Amino acid sequence: MTPSSSGEKIPFWRDDRYVRIAVQAIVVLILIVIFGFFSGNMSRNLQQQGRQFNFSFLLQGAGFNIGETIIPYETNSPYYWAFVVSLVNTLRLIFVGFIATTVIGVVAGIASFSNNWLLRKLNLIYVEVVRNTPLLLQLYVWYFAIFFGFSDKGNIAQLPGSVLVSKKGIVIPWSNGSPIAWVSVAMLLIGAIAAFFIWRRRIKLMEEQGASGQREFIALVSLGVVGLLLFLFGLGWEFPKIAASGNVEGGLRMSLEYGSMLAGLAFYTGAFIAEIVRAGIQSVSKGQWEAAKALGLQPASSMRLVVFPQAMRVIIPSLSSQYMNLAKNSSLALAIGYPDIFATSQTSLNQTGRAVEVILLIMAVYLTISLVISVIMNLLNQTVQFRER
Amino acid sequence: MTTAPPSITSSRPPADQVGAIAWLRKNLFNSWFNSLLTVILGLLLVRSLYGFLSWATTTAKWAVIPANLPLFFVGRYPVAQYWRIWVIISLLAVLSGLSWGILSRNMAKLFDRNILIAFGIAAAIAVLAPTPVPFRILLVGVLGLVLASSWMGRIVGRRMPQLGQWLSLGWGLSLLVVWWLIAGGIGLPGVKTNDWGGLLLTMFMSVSSILLCFPLGILLALGRQSSLPALRWISITFIEVIRGVPLITLLFVGAYMVPLFLPPGIRFNQLLLAVISLTLFSAAYLAENVRGGLQSVPRGQTEAANALGLNSVLATILIVLPQALKVSIPTIVGQFISLVQDTTLVGLLGAFEMLGISRSVLANPAFIGRYAEVYLFIGAIYWILCYAMSLGSRRLEKQLNTTH
Amino acid sequence: MRKWNSTLLAVSLSVAALAACAAPTTTTTASSESPAAGAASPAAAGAPSRLDTILSRGTLICGVEGTIPGFSFVDSSGKYTGLDVDVCKAIAAALFNDPEKVEFRNLDSTARFPAVSSGEVDMLSRNTTWTASRDAAGGNGLEFAPTTFYDGQGVMVTKASGISSFKDLDGKAVCVETGTTTELNLATRATEANIKINEVKFQDSNAGFAAYQEGRCEAITSDRSQLAAKRTALPTPDDNILLEDVLSKEPLGPVTVNNDSRWYDVVRWVTYGLIQAEEFGITQANVDQKLQDPSPDIKRFLGTDGDLGKQLGLSPDFMVRAIKAGGNYGEIYERNIGTGSALKIDRGLNKLWTDGGLMYAPPFR
Repeated sequence: MTPSSSGEKIPFWRDDRYVRIAVQAIVVLILIVIFGFFSGNMSRNLQQQGRQFNFSFLLQGAGFNIGETIIPYETNSPYYWAFVVSLVNTLRLIFVGFIATTVIGVVAGIASFSNNWLLRKLNLIYVEVVRNTPLLLQLYVWYFAIFFGFSDKGNIAQLPGSVLVSKKGIVIPWSNGSPIAWVSVAMLLIGAIAAFFIWRRRIKLMEEQGASGQREFIALVSLGVVGLLLFLFGLGWEFPKIAASGNVEGGLRMSLEYGSMLAGLAFYTGAFIAEIVRAGIQSVSKGQWEAAKALGLQPASSMRLVVFPQAMRVIIPSLSSQYMNLAKNSSLALAIGYPDIFATSQTSLNQTGRAVEVILLIMAVYLTISLVISVIMNLLNQTVQFRER
Repeated sequence: MTTAPPSITSSRPPADQVGAIAWLRKNLFNSWFNSLLTVILGLLLVRSLYGFLSWATTTAKWAVIPANLPLFFVGRYPVAQYWRIWVIISLLAVLSGLSWGILSRNMAKLFDRNILIAFGIAAAIAVLAPTPVPFRILLVGVLGLVLASSWMGRIVGRRMPQLGQWLSLGWGLSLLVVWWLIAGGIGLPGVKTNDWGGLLLTMFMSVSSILLCFPLGILLALGRQSSLPALRWISITFIEVIRGVPLITLLFVGAYMVPLFLPPGIRFNQLLLAVISLTLFSAAYLAENVRGGLQSVPRGQTEAANALGLNSVLATILIVLPQALKVSIPTIVGQFISLVQDTTLVGLLGAFEMLGISRSVLANPAFIGRYAEVYLFIGAIYWILCYAMSLGSRRLEKQLNTTH
Repeated sequence: MRKWNSTLLAVSLSVAALAACAAPTTTTTASSESPAAGAASPAAAGAPSRLDTILSRGTLICGVEGTIPGFSFVDSSGKYTGLDVDVCKAIAAALFNDPEKVEFRNLDSTARFPAVSSGEVDMLSRNTTWTASRDAAGGNGLEFAPTTFYDGQGVMVTKASGISSFKDLDGKAVCVETGTTTELNLATRATEANIKINEVKFQDSNAGFAAYQEGRCEAITSDRSQLAAKRTALPTPDDNILLEDVLSKEPLGPVTVNNDSRWYDVVRWVTYGLIQAEEFGITQANVDQKLQDPSPDIKRFLGTDGDLGKQLGLSPDFMVRAIKAGGNYGEIYERNIGTGSALKIDRGLNKLWTDGGLMYAPPFR
C-alpha cells in the first residue's frame, strides 16, 4: 500500500479509467458470447428437427374455440385474432381486478385502524391468511370450494344485492343497455367533469378571494342529486330473476371462471395493498392527527382530509408493483379454465409446435402491459407528490 | 406493595370501567355504527364457522389425508430411505434449538407463555397425528430435542458467548449435510431428484432459491446503482424484463426451452432448471428491495468510508451494504415468503411439489372430489411455513433495531 | 457488524457449497459418438442420435401424463403404473435389461411437445394422438411409434341433463382439456353440426373432470377410454352416460423427436415386438421356455438367431428383456385397463388382427 507519487506513471491496471472501460468491455463481451452460443444452438437444434423460426402461423386459421369472448370470434379465425380476443379477456380481468383490489385493499388497510375490536381482528385474519398462502391454491379454493359450494347440486344461490350464483355463472344487476341508459351514462360523465371543474373553481375562489363558496356548493349538491337520480332510474337497472324455466334471466353474467379469477386476484393483491395502506397511514406523523383533532375534525374526517392524502404519497409508489403483480398473476387463469392470453398461447403452442415464437410473443405482451402500468402509475405519482410552495 | 396508600387499594373502580361489559362497550359497541358493524360481522362469523364445522364433521371425508401422508411430505421418496428424512429433521431441530438457546441466553425466561403454548399445540399434534405409532414417537422426540438443545444452548452460550458467531457457520455446514442426506452419494444410495416430492421438494426449492437469489439480487442492486454505464444498463434491463413477465413464462422457458439453447446431448436436471428460474425471478425483485435500502443509506456514510481510505468496493461491502440490508429486512423476507408460494407454479408444470402431488392424489379414483380437504390441509402447511417466516422477520427486525 | 459479517460469510459459503453440489446433478453427457454405439449398423452410425445419449446416461426419460388411472398414474405408494408406463418400462428393459432404469416425468397436454422436441424427455408415452400436423416436420416435428391404444373421442353427460346425442349439446357447457386434439375435434364437429358449444377449457384433465362432476358443465369430452376410466371413479357412475357419438379417431402411441431414425426405430420396434409377442404367444411367464422354441421366426424374434438386435443398435435378446419386464401387449392391456383392472375396458379395436382387431406388427425378419 505505498501511495504512488504524482510523478510516477500509474500502471494501467491501477488506472481507474482503464479499469472501468475494461470491466465493461469484458462484461459486454461475455454477454455477447453467451447470446451467440444460445441462439446458434437454437437455430442448429431447430434445423436438425426440420423447423424454422417465423411468425407466419399467426395468419393461419386457429381451429379451436375460445369459451368466453366479448369481441366476435369464429372457430376458424386466424391465430392472431385468437390472441387479440384472449388479450381482451386478460385486460378485462386486469382492469376490473385493479378497481376491486384497490377498494378491498384500501378498506382493509383503513379497517386495521378501526376502534372496533372484531373488525380489527377479522381484518388481521384476512390479511395474514391470504398473504401467507399461495395464490394458485387460493384460486382453486375460490373456484372449486367457494363458487361451486354456493351453487351446490344445481341450486341457484341468492347473495345480497340480487347477485345470483349458479353453475352457469354469476349474475349481477346491470343496465338494460337501452338508448336512454346510454344517454344517462353520457350525462353522468358530463356531470362528473362539470362537478370536478366547479370543485376546483370553488377551492380557488375560497383560497384566493376568501369567498364563502356557497353558490358553487349549492351547484355541486344539485348536480349530485341529479346524478343520483340518473344513476338510480336513468340506467334502466335490470335485476336478475329466476325465470319459470329455472334459468336466470336479465342482469350481467360472468362465468364462474372469471368470477373466481377476479375474486382470487382481488383478495390476494388486496391483502398486500392493505399492508401498504396501513404502513402509509402509519408513516404520517402523529402530529397531523393531533392537529386535525385540535381543529375540531372528527376522526373519520381527519382520516379523509388530513391523513390519507399525505399517506397517498407513500402508498402510490408501492401500489405500482402490486398492480403489476396482479396483471402478471392473471396468467394463472389457465389453472381454472379462464381463457386468458396465456391459456390461448398454450393451446396455440400445442397446435402449431412454435414454442419459441409463442413464448416470445407472450413475454412481449406482458412486458408491454407492465410498462403501461408503470407509466400510468408514475404519472399518478407525480400528481400526488408534495408540491412545496 | 403492602405499604401502598389505602385510598388506592380500597376504592374500587366504577363497574362500567372494567370487566367484560366495559371492554365490550369500549371495543365493540362504542357508537351506533360500530354496534351495527359488530352485529353484522358477528353474525357472518358465526354463520361461516357453523357452516365450516358442520362440513368438517359430517360431509368431509378426511381419510384422504392419512392415506397419502407420505406423498404430501416426501412424495415418491423411497420408503427404505425415510430414516434420512428423520435424521435431517433431528439435525435441524438440534440446530434451531441451540441457536435459539444461544441467541436468547440473556433473556430472563427461555420459555415464555406463548412459546410454551406453541409447544403444547405442537406436541398435541404430534401425539394425535394420523400416522403409525413409531412416527408419532419420533415426532415427540424431535420436539424434545428442540427443548433439550435450547436448554443446552443457553447454558453453553452463557459460558462462551463467542459461540454465537459460529452458529451461522453451523447452519451453512448443516445445509451440506442435509443435501448429502437427501440426494445420497458418498456412502448412501442415491435418490433421484425426480423422486423427491411434497413438502420436501417445496422446502428444497424454496431454500435453495432463497440462498442463491440473495447474492445475485445484491449484485444486481449494486449493478443498478453502479457508475459504469454498461453494468448499469445490463442490470436495469435484466431487472425490468424479469419483473415485467409472469413467473410461469420463465418457468416454462426454463423447463422446456433451455435444452433448445444448448448443444445436443447436454441436459440439465429438471429441478435445477426450476430452481434457476425461481432464483432469477426473485433476484430481480430482491434487487429492487435492496436498492430501496441502498438509497436510504446517507451519502455521508460512503464519503466517510472513503475518507478513512477504503476504496469504493470495500466501502460498499463493509459500510453501505450492511446498513442497506438491515433497512430492507421486512421487504426481503416478504420476497422470500412469496418465493415459497411461487414454488406452487412449478407444480403446474408437472413437478411433484406439494400442490403437484395433491393434484396427483386427487386424480386417484379412491379420492376423487376430495379437493376441499386436501387443499385445506396443504394450505395450512403453507400458512405455517410463511407465517413462521414473517414472525421470524419481525423478531429479527426488533433485535437489529438499534437506533443511533 | 460482526454478526453481519458472519452471516454473509455463511451465506456465501453455503452458496458455494450448493453450487458445488449442483454440478454433479447436471448430467452433461458426451454428444459425440460413444463406444457403445459402435455396435450400431454402419449405415446409421453417421448422425448423432439420442440413442447414444440414452445409452451413455444409463436411464430412459419418459414423459407421461401421470394422472390417468390405467394409463399412467402414481398410486398411494408413489409407484407409477399403467399401460403407458409399462411401454416405457419395456423399452427401458430392452435398452438396459432393467425395467426400473426409467425416469418418469409428468407432462400436461401443453408441455408435452416442447418437452420432447427440446430433448427434455427422450420419448412420450402419454395418450398422444397421431395426427399429420404433429408428425410433419413443418408442424410439431415429431415421430409417432406404433399405436398402443386405438381410441375414439366420446362425450359423457349426466343423465339429468337429458342430452342424448351430440346435437343436443347446442348452447350447453362442455368441459375439455386444452391443447388436445379433443379440443379441435369438438370445435370441428360443432361447426359441422351447426351448433354453438360453450367450451370450458382446463390445462389439467382432472380440474376439468372435477368441474364436470360439480356440474359446471353438462358434458365432458375426452377419449372414450379415459371417460370410461373416470366414470368408474364417480360416486354414482350410473348417473352418467357415454353418448353413442364417436367424434374422432384417436390412435394413441409413443412419440419421439423428428429426424432421429435410430432412436425412433428402437421405440417403434420394441413396441411392435410387444404386439408380435402376443401373436407368438410369448408371455412374461413362458419367455424363457420359448427360447428353446424351434420355430425360426421365434428364434429370430428372441435373438437366439440372426442379428436383429444388433441392427437396431441393441443387444440381441432385447425382446426377451422387454417381455420379461411386463409381458406382451395383451398382458399389459389386461393388467392395466382390461379384465385384470378396475376399468374393465373391452379390447375392441385393440385386439390382435388375427382376432379382428387393429393390432398388427410387421414381420420381424
